[in-house]
Amino acid sequence: MDDVLPGYGLARAWLQKSGSGDGDVVGHVWAGVPGRGKKEESIMLALGTVGRRVWSARVSRSFSHLNTVTEQDLAYFSKVLPPSNILSTLPPTCTPHDDMTPYNVDWMGKYHGKANTVLRPRTTHEVSEIVKYCASRRIGIVPQGGNTGLVGGSISLHKEVVLNLGAMSNVRSFDPVSGILVADAGCILQSLSDHIAPDNHIMPLDLGAKGSCQIGGNISTNAGGLRLLRYGSLHGSVLGLEVVLPDGTILDQLSTLRKDNTGYDLKQLFIGAEGTLGIVTGVSILTPPAPQATNNVFLALPHFDNVLPLYQTVKRQLGEIMSAFEYIDRTAYDMALSHGLGPVLDAKEVGDARCFVLIETSGSNEDHDMEKLNVLLESLMTADEPLILTGTLSQSPGQFESLWAVREGLPECVQKEGKPYKYDVSVPLADFQKVVDSVLGRMISMGLHGDHAVSKVVGFGHIGDGNLHLNVIAKRGYSPEIEAALEPFIYELVASRRGSVSAEHGIGSMKTHALHYSKDSVSIEWMRKIKQVFDPLNIMNPGKVLP
Amino acid sequence: MRPSAVRLLNILVPVKRAVDFAVKIRVNPEQTGIDLNVKHSMNPFDEIAVEEAVRLRERLKDAVKSIKVVTIGPPKAVETLRTALAMGADSAIHVEIPEGTPSPEPLAVAKTLRELVMRQKEGVDLIIMGKQAIDDDAGQTGQMLAGLMDWAQATFASKVDVDPSTKAANVTREIDGGLEQLKCQLPMVITTDLRLNEPRYASLPNIMKAKKKPIEKFTPADLGVDLTPRLRTLKVTEPPKRVGGGKVANVDELLVKLKEAGITPKRA
Repeated sequence: MDDVLPGYGLARAWLQKSGSGDGDVVGHVWAGVPGRGKKEESIMLALGTVGRRVWSARVSRSFSHLNTVTEQDLAYFSKVLPPSNILSTLPPTCTPHDDMTPYNVDWMGKYHGKANTVLRPRTTHEVSEIVKYCASRRIGIVPQGGNTGLVGGSISLHKEVVLNLGAMSNVRSFDPVSGILVADAGCILQSLSDHIAPDNHIMPLDLGAKGSCQIGGNISTNAGGLRLLRYGSLHGSVLGLEVVLPDGTILDQLSTLRKDNTGYDLKQLFIGAEGTLGIVTGVSILTPPAPQATNNVFLALPHFDNVLPLYQTVKRQLGEIMSAFEYIDRTAYDMALSHGLGPVLDAKEVGDARCFVLIETSGSNEDHDMEKLNVLLESLMTADEPLILTGTLSQSPGQFESLWAVREGLPECVQKEGKPYKYDVSVPLADFQKVVDSVLGRMISMGLHGDHAVSKVVGFGHIGDGNLHLNVIAKRGYSPEIEAALEPFIYELVASRRGSVSAEHGIGSMKTHALHYSKDSVSIEWMRKIKQVFDPLNIMNPGKVLP
Repeated sequence: MRPSAVRLLNILVPVKRAVDFAVKIRVNPEQTGIDLNVKHSMNPFDEIAVEEAVRLRERLKDAVKSIKVVTIGPPKAVETLRTALAMGADSAIHVEIPEGTPSPEPLAVAKTLRELVMRQKEGVDLIIMGKQAIDDDAGQTGQMLAGLMDWAQATFASKVDVDPSTKAANVTREIDGGLEQLKCQLPMVITTDLRLNEPRYASLPNIMKAKKKPIEKFTPADLGVDLTPRLRTLKVTEPPKRVGGGKVANVDELLVKLKEAGITPKRA
């Protein structure tokens, strides 16, 4: 099947715009030159510097085994879907280029795909028909949900057809007694929350993108988020999946059973597979009861060494009502203050605190929770050697929200200060500050620390889950020098602690080259074998996850 | 020369426990009121009042002798008092009414407060309170209280300056036309507006201290006040749902639609 090709590889060029303006603009640019091969196109890398822009290139695998969508293919799709569910720059549809942008550019504006066709099927059957056809025509497929991913996993790298699930947005059923929700993959997370709220249930996951992200995408990326500490990962809360496999077969495992040990649990493969093993079209998920009482505590600690004993004390005393344990280092705290988040603590009482912790509690009885909190806070404040300097407890729902806003507003503050290099890593809790300090130390030793290059290195994150969001802020914009200083240094640092180079964001197209830092060659080899079993033609989200 | 003795100020801050501003309000099935089984917190304008009293003490130091907070409410209202104590008040008074009793009306509140003020051995020089409560939006209590006490009043305050030596206050008020400056002689009533200050978060050390601060309890009978409502609520309903508008193509069509809606022209 594979023709012999001259050695053209696919190359990605990263366009980075520095300078002021809201939002960073980092884009892929593809240059296509048609016609060297008989059926295949060959792609050439275009590199260049334009003014102050800086490019760096990464080479990935060839897409030469795939065909792109032609007018005949479009004619077939038009028999399966109505015109309102097809976008294509090809005739006769001729969708304007700008209308294609929401499907071709990711949420951060960092990745620019060039798909010429976007399909929005309404039923699982339509998805199956489309996949069958694409398999027969060797057309690559990019399954796409809300397009809110942060690692370039939902973008068409080389004119694969984008299969967007947004038109499949029905709730199929909800049982208020068991809390089991069955829904189409294209349902937006916030609308699912709204649907089950009147019955006093909440979704087991919550993240900033909730207004746009779809549950199918959440499951395909095994999204983590703010509630993971309490409600666990999707590997536990998903009861069943309906998946269209890369040959078009519909795998119906949409069970609503809490317990079912009959054979291999195939759905676990699709959770977190980022659409590379099949397309999730239906979801069955267990939703927990909504908490009747919620509270927030914001604490200032004199130094990082107190975080671990604090975590142990809090876990022991609050027990089951603890629902979030977030970490904010001093640099991040000062940055938040300077951008108008807070103040929530008295500056004199904070003094030289080196780090801060936000603890959320969720329970079914306000009095019960308050009693536990009072005991905890009293013991923290009156201990012989207090672990904390000071803190505050939310006195109203308004204060509850604004304490969360201090933590949730950090990514936005980072964007305002420059162009961030973001590293979403898992490391042992005890190593959080060491990782941040090591990176800062490296920037200083390489002369890159200061307003001329890296203005700040901040650390914050879901410390309860061991998940650190490391942000290295390049005040004057991205540069290959800074990037070379950071990578592979950070990946090696994380690997040395047997951590994960991607705690919750996934691999997408961004970190395929870094997969080996967290998974050994045996693991990667067996991942390839599984991919081969499900998708021998390699049409399902090619170029993603596996290097 | 001996400096003249600074007159010491006793400040009273009435606060109300009201439905929290973020709650989605629902009318109860009997249409007699709203569903009260929701989150409550201190009326935001009263939070501002407590904050202002604490800031006055920070500015005037020992000239502020005491900051007392008071609330009229069910047993749960004691939490609101603890919040105020944690913000910096010294002591509190709880006029307790049974759970489920309707919230007292402004005149009843004013009379109760007057009664309490008269009973304060050290007197009260300044009453700072919210301009209105966000549940009834009455905005009357402060003014009524000043009338009953025959005291000066400055409402919708956006800036407060007190001079303890002359026992006078300069208050800036927010009015429709802009800002108005008043100079008043203490004792007086000040009601707070939104821009007066931003209330602080209660810090943990203060939350701990607040637990030990005294709370005096009274019933309305102890004070000889009658809190029976004088107003009867006939019906509570949601506002009618918004109906969509429509676009008209031209003036003639507009005239037809206006006629259909029953709007007739008046001859000049």
